[in-house]
Amino acid sequence: MFDSIVFSSVSEFLQMGTYAVHVWTVYAVFAVFIFVNLYLPLVQRRQFIREQKRRAQRDAQMGKVSADQNAGQADDSVVPGESE
Amino acid sequence: MWLWFSKLGSPKWFYELTTKWLPWLVVFMAVSMTVGLVWALLFVPEDYQQGFTNRIFYVHVPVASISLAAFPLMAVAGVITMVWKMKLADMVAKCAAPIGAWFTAVALITGAVWGQPTWGTWWVWDARLTSLLLQFFLLIGVIALRSAIESPDSAAKACALLSIVGAINVPIIKYSVEWWNTLHQPATDLTMNESGANGPEIWVPLLIMIAAVYCFFAVSLILATRNEILMRERRSQWVMDIVAKAKV
Repeated sequence: MFDSIVFSSVSEFLQMGTYAVHVWTVYAVFAVFIFVNLYLPLVQRRQFIREQKRRAQRDAQMGKVSADQNAGQADDSVVPGESE
Repeated sequence: MWLWFSKLGSPKWFYELTTKWLPWLVVFMAVSMTVGLVWALLFVPEDYQQGFTNRIFYVHVPVASISLAAFPLMAVAGVITMVWKMKLADMVAKCAAPIGAWFTAVALITGAVWGQPTWGTWWVWDARLTSLLLQFFLLIGVIALRSAIESPDSAAKACALLSIVGAINVPIIKYSVEWWNTLHQPATDLTMNESGANGPEIWVPLLIMIAAVYCFFAVSLILATRNEILMRERRSQWVMDIVAKAKV
């Protein structure tokens, strides 16, 4: 299998004939393209979950505080504010 | 049938289905991408005219051909949005636009880098290149349109309409190399017959790369759509459950 590799050395492979700049530019662009489009959504997801967790925590706290304050009263005044 | 259709349109259903499918898609993408890249870079013989710039072919052709899938996808999603008001279709369309723009940009850049040694120029205003550049601007237009309209419903409708109109450009790009005399070569003949100038050692790695890049398109679109679903459905119980269970 390795016999059919068309390059006889690593430096020959890196040189790509005389087209090292062209070939490796294209493959670098391709690598960045793939990385960005797979990594970015994962970062966004993590950010979203972190934010929602914080919000849920805050809402829970607010609910508790207002429940203490309005002990005995019906609590329908707390509407968690949207901050976007 | 209608039950199935409305179930298909449910963001929750899509989210759960892709949770199951995503690992398989990622594995298939990683394997085919590795095999395709190693084959293309190490084993494909040097072209007698182009030398080793033929390596660029294995990135440029898959990316460029799959970039053409963005607009038809967005147009179909647009029709579904306009006719059945399916929320999921609009989410997919919204996420497909920037990914399509990436694909188009990479196709243009890799094409330019390939054109420089083979044609002696980075850019010519020939039909194929110009129509693909137009696709890039149309996609930027769709993205800008969505962010310019405040009401999500109106934005969805406007983008659906622009996507349907923009899809007209796709056959123009595809057949530009046949309708006009262009510097860009016609589509590669991938029929499996022996009469083609290229043997299997040229086109098999290309097919593998096309499959890999298609998978990559699917994976990135699914990841983005899942985020969009979580975002828009963040007040529903099932998303809150996911958030509660997720570890950050």
